Amino acid sequence: MEATCELPPDDVLVDRLRDGHEQTFTLVLDTWSKGMLRLAMSFVSTKASAEEVVQETWLAVIRGIGGFEGRSSLKTWVYRILVNTAKARGTKEHRTVPFTCLLPEEDGPTVDPSRFRGPGEQFAGHWVTGQKPQPWELPEEQALLGEVRTVLAKALNELPPRLRTVITLRDVAGHSSEEVCSLLEISPGNQRVLLHRARAVMRQKLDDYVSGAVTPSGGDDRGLR
Amino acid sequence: MDCVDFVELVTEFLDGALPEGDERRFIEHLAECSGCENYLDQFRQTITAAGELTQDDISPAAKQQLLDAFRGWRQT
Repeated sequence: MEATCELPPDDVLVDRLRDGHEQTFTLVLDTWSKGMLRLAMSFVSTKASAEEVVQETWLAVIRGIGGFEGRSSLKTWVYRILVNTAKARGTKEHRTVPFTCLLPEEDGPTVDPSRFRGPGEQFAGHWVTGQKPQPWELPEEQALLGEVRTVLAKALNELPPRLRTVITLRDVAGHSSEEVCSLLEISPGNQRVLLHRARAVMRQKLDDYVSGAVTPSGGDDRGLR
Repeated sequence: MDCVDFVELVTEFLDGALPEGDERRFIEHLAECSGCENYLDQFRQTITAAGELTQDDISPAAKQQLLDAFRGWRQT
């Protein structure tokens, strides 16, 4: 989870922002912009575009803070503005990520079925010998940890957009299931299906790395390292 | 519960969203199957590692612009 500095409670934050307290504005800007940038990238095609979405969102926050009614947390309110701004821009760029129903490729098994014994075999539905997951020993050395990070960042960036959005919100940015459902207007069930699939893909990529099947290659232009 | 079912329920289990009966069968299976125990542990490690990814920030210029806008809004 991102290390975040302690923010004061919402009512204090909101009061200070309304009073034009610059330090408070800088604090929320520094604390939330990274996650916002990452979320915006799920809806638009370039980093520059995502940055504009984040800026536009903050401008809307500055203009709208007086009317904030506290029906959700301040952060959820800000994120909702971001999602709406990003969606509008994504539509303009013909790159939308609708969440209303699952796509066919998002359904079905998340682990290669050939790793399990087929029906009719002895111990049907259990791991095939030699396909059983083995314990990982993730490196503790700093240099190798960097490699794990590279593998994972690359895997994340290669995920289909909807999977990437959900896992970014839940596991990278640390939002709760409820927050993600509300932000993306998605049912808890669908959210979990997407999250599970995204995690399963990432796990497989890490497994390939740990078992020596792949070496990390650099080059990541989507803003993770 | 078989391994092939177990691997699909991991996120639901970690979210505490499994119905009681399924959760009981999930844990029973976990206790007996080292492969699935490893799978669950790898899932946890993947989630932890994802949480350690750092993210890019917006540019200092953009920040300055926003701070100016914040000041400006206050004055108008």
